[in-house]
Amino acid sequence: MPAVIAENIVKRYGKKKDTVEALKGISFEAAEGELFGIIGPDGAGKTSLFRILTTLLLPDAGKATVDGLDVVKDYKEIRNRVGYMPGRFSLYQDLTVAENMEFFATIFNTSIEENYNLVKDIYSQIEPFKDRRAGKLSGGMKQKLALSCALIHRPSVLFLDEPTTGVDAVSRKEFWEMLRKLKQQGITILVSTPYMDEASLCDRVALVQSGQLLSVDTPAGVRGAFGKPLLAIRATKMLPLLDNLKKAEPVIDAYPFGEFYHAVMQPGYDEAALRNYLGQKGHEDIEIHSIEPDIEDCFMDLMKN
Amino acid sequence: MAQPIAIKATGLTKRFGDFTAVDGISFEVYQGEIFGFLGANGAGKTTAMRMLCGLSIPTGGTATVAGFDVYEQTEQIKRSIGYMSQKFSLYEDLTVKENIRFYAGIYGKSDAFIKEKTAFLLKELHMEAEGNKLVRSLPLGWKQKLAFSVAIFHEPGIVFLDEPTGGVDPVTRREFWNMIYQAAARGITVFVTTHYMDEAEYCNRVSIMVDGRIDALDTPRELKRSLQAASMDEVFLKLARKATRNAD
Repeated sequence: MPAVIAENIVKRYGKKKDTVEALKGISFEAAEGELFGIIGPDGAGKTSLFRILTTLLLPDAGKATVDGLDVVKDYKEIRNRVGYMPGRFSLYQDLTVAENMEFFATIFNTSIEENYNLVKDIYSQIEPFKDRRAGKLSGGMKQKLALSCALIHRPSVLFLDEPTTGVDAVSRKEFWEMLRKLKQQGITILVSTPYMDEASLCDRVALVQSGQLLSVDTPAGVRGAFGKPLLAIRATKMLPLLDNLKKAEPVIDAYPFGEFYHAVMQPGYDEAALRNYLGQKGHEDIEIHSIEPDIEDCFMDLMKN
Repeated sequence: MAQPIAIKATGLTKRFGDFTAVDGISFEVYQGEIFGFLGANGAGKTTAMRMLCGLSIPTGGTATVAGFDVYEQTEQIKRSIGYMSQKFSLYEDLTVKENIRFYAGIYGKSDAFIKEKTAFLLKELHMEAEGNKLVRSLPLGWKQKLAFSVAIFHEPGIVFLDEPTGGVDPVTRREFWNMIYQAAARGITVFVTTHYMDEAEYCNRVSIMVDGRIDALDTPRELKRSLQAASMDEVFLKLARKATRNAD
């Protein structure tokens, strides 16, 4: 049985006149033991979805189960079984590292010792500071403490809401390394992120934008569904190049992507003709590579359609 | 040919007790340049930026911003720069127009100037219909684009952008950078921090801070060549992994 099932989840905020539909009928399943990514920008509805699945918010329509339990009816039992790390640091700032851990362990009728091996890898990194107040920890250490606290009762499903937002590239890599290890222990992990490049680290991803799912698939599957030729192009004069590309006949879309521009092409386009056209526009040292789409290319393509 | 210099720092240092947050950094930013200021969490970026914005007095070294001294002329600096960050930009419970009037008023702009430029700006952003709406009700991408426009509304010579695109969708992120390019083309110097390494590629030059020092400063192309890295992501990882200081 899937660890998480969402069926047509709808969530609205606000009064009659100006309601905002944060979730517009979201459906997906996450399998047991899966590392499932919810990828989308701020305001896409990721937090609302997580709060519904962790029983902290009621959906306006639709159904969802976690571990086979209904998120509305069985909320008490679900709370025993899930771990939740909200986007905002929400541990007790004036308790020490060890006190926070003990507090959460006690709430769930367990002890740090009982599940120490599960949190060992992460907690051992902050244990030298166990007498420091949580409010005095660095951002990276707070994150590790929050994850340890979310794990201390050995949850079967772990919800991580944007754990890497505002975190630098090195710490992000380390955090995903921790998730990979947790997954090996059989915990189902739902993790949300605005960083498209983290999609490739998930087993499957749901791409979400404005309360709707654009796609649910493996990262390879998302890329495979792109279905159009994609080019990476650069030349000496980059500024006029983008404008020229956008106006070129076989180019569906063109946008900056790192040091190159990416051009989404009509199938069957003629590369020699494109080169010729750009040459006529006065471009020099034109470099054109045929490339595989990145998740970000796919996301933009889905967003625009 | 000597390019006009917008920011010049020499041995700029900030110590808090026995902790050296910024450890003698020296660099120049040219006028009209898009300068990427990168570094891991805790490398000292924010402290350095606060000194350059006239919000924190250095404990050593010298620096000028728009020709003004960071020790003696902080008020002149504040008037000459714009500032925007992802965390704080606009007042959510003021309308779009109220936010513009508030910020422009702080910078001493006349009512006539504010009125004329507000109309122009809203048109450019395709937000004419949103002028009287609360900022809270706008989608994040719009907010960020509006915040940037407000930050350069008083026509500063330099704008500081602190992670302006965090959490923004990929299409809006690119529109935002397009606005940065337009500002730079008008001669505004852009000093920007980001955690998106593809955005580092959009900068004319990039500096990377590690443990309070600037470990590398060059064009993205030259950084990749000298560190034999395929992307700026790799450049960043190679340099930032050397850090010994704890994050934040």
